[in-house]
Amino acid sequence: MIPLSWYLILAAALFCVGLYGVLARKNAIAILMGIELMLNAVNINLVAFWRYRTPDIITGQAFAVMVFAVAAAEVAVGLALIISLYRRRNTVAADEIDMLKW
Amino acid sequence: MTPLQIIFIIVAAGILGAALMVVTTRNLIHAALWLILTLFGVAILFVILNATFLAVVQVIVYIGAIAILMIFAVMLTRRMFQDKGQQVNRNWWIAAIISAVMMIVLMYALTSWSDMASALPVSEISNDSVRDLGIALVSPNAFVIPFEVASILLLAALIGAIMIAWEKK
Repeated sequence: MIPLSWYLILAAALFCVGLYGVLARKNAIAILMGIELMLNAVNINLVAFWRYRTPDIITGQAFAVMVFAVAAAEVAVGLALIISLYRRRNTVAADEIDMLKW
Repeated sequence: MTPLQIIFIIVAAGILGAALMVVTTRNLIHAALWLILTLFGVAILFVILNATFLAVVQVIVYIGAIAILMIFAVMLTRRMFQDKGQQVNRNWWIAAIISAVMMIVLMYALTSWSDMASALPVSEISNDSVRDLGIALVSPNAFVIPFEVASILLLAALIGAIMIAWEKK
């Protein structure tokens, strides 16, 4: 049987890889991909704890469903922002997006 | 080593390898394809964890909608951002250090947690967790309010995305 710790270690590693992607990548779409990796790490944790600790209470899965919904909304708005930005400024590099800086 | 453990190790290695390719590869289309592989590996983990409904939703929502949306966005914004040139910013080594420190801290927290050493016994699970989840999501004394709020959030995101991406003539 798989110990719970394996899931937690995998989720921690996946989260750190996603964190590196968010912090280091230049392209705004690649940053969104890093955020997706981090959200998936969280989901692995939620479902693993549900399965190992409280399989009779469905809360863990319900939380994961909420994470799905929020991730979908976040990606839709984020990509709309990036496309709108590309149209106006002709760039998707995160370090050239400085309209709010003064 | 049971067969399940071997499957887990293979899937976990696939997830981590694909995730590393997502954050390091130059070509963004390839990064999106690696992202699909990562998400598929997570779906397999959900199957191993008996969360079948979440595995199906993972494939439909994440791979079917989100990853495809990303590929669309990459193609729509590709001209300016060719595969040549630097794909990471100046301070990428700081990001690498922060991620490594984060990993070390998480590992320390995990190993100092007393329950981690023992392999946890898996308690018995009811066969129809999908039914339980469905009832919980619409039951007034469970998650009906978060469920409705999530639907309003999705509607707001839909309208907001259309408004933001609208091309004004």
